Amino acid sequence: MLAHTARAHSVVEPTALTRGIAAVLVVAYALVTMMPLAWIFLTAFKSGPDSIAYPPKVVFTPSAEGVCNLFTTRTRQTPEYVASLPPPTGVCDRVSRANNMVIAGASNYVPRFVNSLIIAFGSTALSILLGVTAAYAFSRLRVPLKDDLMFFILSTRMMPPIAVAIPIYLMYREVGLSDTRVGMILLYTAVNVSLAVWLLKGFIDEIPREYEEAALVDGYTRLQAFVKVVLPQCTTGIVATAIFCLIFAWNEYAFAVLLTSGEAQTAPPFIPIIIGEGGQDWPAVAAGTTVFLLPILVFTVLLRRHLLRGITFGAVRK
Amino acid sequence: MKILPAPLLERTAAATPAPLARRVHGLSDRALAWIFIGPTMALLLAVNIFPLIWTIRLSFTNYRANRPNATLLSVGLDHYHAILNDPDIWAAMQATAHFLLWTLVLETLIGFLLAWLIDRRFRGHGFWTTVILIPMMLSPAVVGNFWAFLYQPQSGLWNYAVSFLTGIPPESFEMIGSVRLAPWAIVIVDTWMWTPYVMLICLAGLRSVPDYLYEAAEIDRASPWRQFWSITLPMVLPFVMLAVLFRGIENFKMFDMVNLLTSGGPGSTTELASITLKREAFEKWRTGYSSAFAIILFVTVFGLANIYVKALNRVKNR
Repeated sequence: MLAHTARAHSVVEPTALTRGIAAVLVVAYALVTMMPLAWIFLTAFKSGPDSIAYPPKVVFTPSAEGVCNLFTTRTRQTPEYVASLPPPTGVCDRVSRANNMVIAGASNYVPRFVNSLIIAFGSTALSILLGVTAAYAFSRLRVPLKDDLMFFILSTRMMPPIAVAIPIYLMYREVGLSDTRVGMILLYTAVNVSLAVWLLKGFIDEIPREYEEAALVDGYTRLQAFVKVVLPQCTTGIVATAIFCLIFAWNEYAFAVLLTSGEAQTAPPFIPIIIGEGGQDWPAVAAGTTVFLLPILVFTVLLRRHLLRGITFGAVRK
Repeated sequence: MKILPAPLLERTAAATPAPLARRVHGLSDRALAWIFIGPTMALLLAVNIFPLIWTIRLSFTNYRANRPNATLLSVGLDHYHAILNDPDIWAAMQATAHFLLWTLVLETLIGFLLAWLIDRRFRGHGFWTTVILIPMMLSPAVVGNFWAFLYQPQSGLWNYAVSFLTGIPPESFEMIGSVRLAPWAIVIVDTWMWTPYVMLICLAGLRSVPDYLYEAAEIDRASPWRQFWSITLPMVLPFVMLAVLFRGIENFKMFDMVNLLTSGGPGSTTELASITLKREAFEKWRTGYSSAFAIILFVTVFGLANIYVKALNRVKNR
């Protein structure tokens, strides 16, 4: 009897030994896969020589050099000139003067970061507005050629970005949208709207039609029913979709590097070109990378229940 | 005012056609459908279809974006003919095929194995799953950039780790600088970044297998090995195929990560199709030629994806 229950239990429940081995392997993989990120995070607090020391330094004296170099531009001066200056006013002043450098001004990182924020939030808001209305129409209303239109929306994702970038570059040059935030917002919205329509249609499909029908019977118009009944019901879906759109716009590089050069440049094309004397300034690059990646870590944790849906365009819903 | 007797009210309501009843106040459903879908379609037409048509048109001309005032000549199908006979293009397609094949094989194998291990449901598996998912949420461009740091010859963390594990001296090899290793350098980074993607989809597949199948197999005394081959694998296969489809399309278009990691080098060993496209279009400014190449790439992705989806549907309906 006892053996029988134990066996019946083992059919779907893995044994303690299997579980243990699985846990060890998965945790080992997770730790190894996190090492590159941990390394970047450490490098952000290293001094220049420490960042390229061999063997790699795990224990080191923390330095503000990376963070300072990220946010400032500096010029090299003679030690005599540096000594003749009035005493340093801040941490970054002190760090740069130790290397015979004098801070010349703020770097472009903050403006690039602000561009990233404006373009990401602007395109997300627009994608959600377009996406939720189109998704509602596809889910509830009679639309001719519905399946073909949905597939068309999806297929716009199959173009390599560089291929789209050639004519868009020419088009934007004609109409004066090149290197503008508006141009980038429109472009990212066009890319994101396909994801938004597909995901939100899935979420709206799951809301029982009875709610709306009840509202329609109560004398609501279709539009009122959409705004007052359907929208509140799919708040979770909208938030999850919005985060996916934000992440895409935040991470995008190909369009940004080809279509922006100054005014509207976002952080991804900027971070790799943070150059110090004689090559890349790795502590500054690492600091820029860390600051840039932190929001994504937060979003990943927030999104974890909807990730599957988002990455498969709603094809797999669990 | 006299209220209609209840049965009469019901009869009147039943006799009124539903769409007509709704049209009495507010917009008709059809008008609403157009208003809701119209803006999305307009945006996609402007930012995707119009440029696509423009690209097709340019592909038959000798247009160069850096010489907008030069006389435009029609060259017919010359570009297409030249591309199919261009050894550089074929080298790029070969590099793309190598990258595509190995990333898909490695990501599927490791991703499936990880998913299977996580599905043993050990304590804390939810937390570790989220940790493992982090790399795929990051910006590919920023990832490519910081892996260039990890791959640095002599002082990089990668060389250190390899020499620590195998005893090969760290200065004896260069991941990015060597013709032999560079194609593998990009495969490793892509596998690091995207294995979680395949894992997440496989995990959904594993969880979709109903327990009673395993219970029935247990009653029939099928070995665990047999259970895996005749229950687990066939049930999860559609999910694996879906993951391969999405990864395949994405990696065929791969640009950002590789561009920042190796920028196609050394020589052109890691010059994937999108990088060749970018060089032709935005460095050599052969707009017409690169447009033709873009069209060929798009048709290839679109064609392959369609064939693949047919196969996927056959597996799903089996």
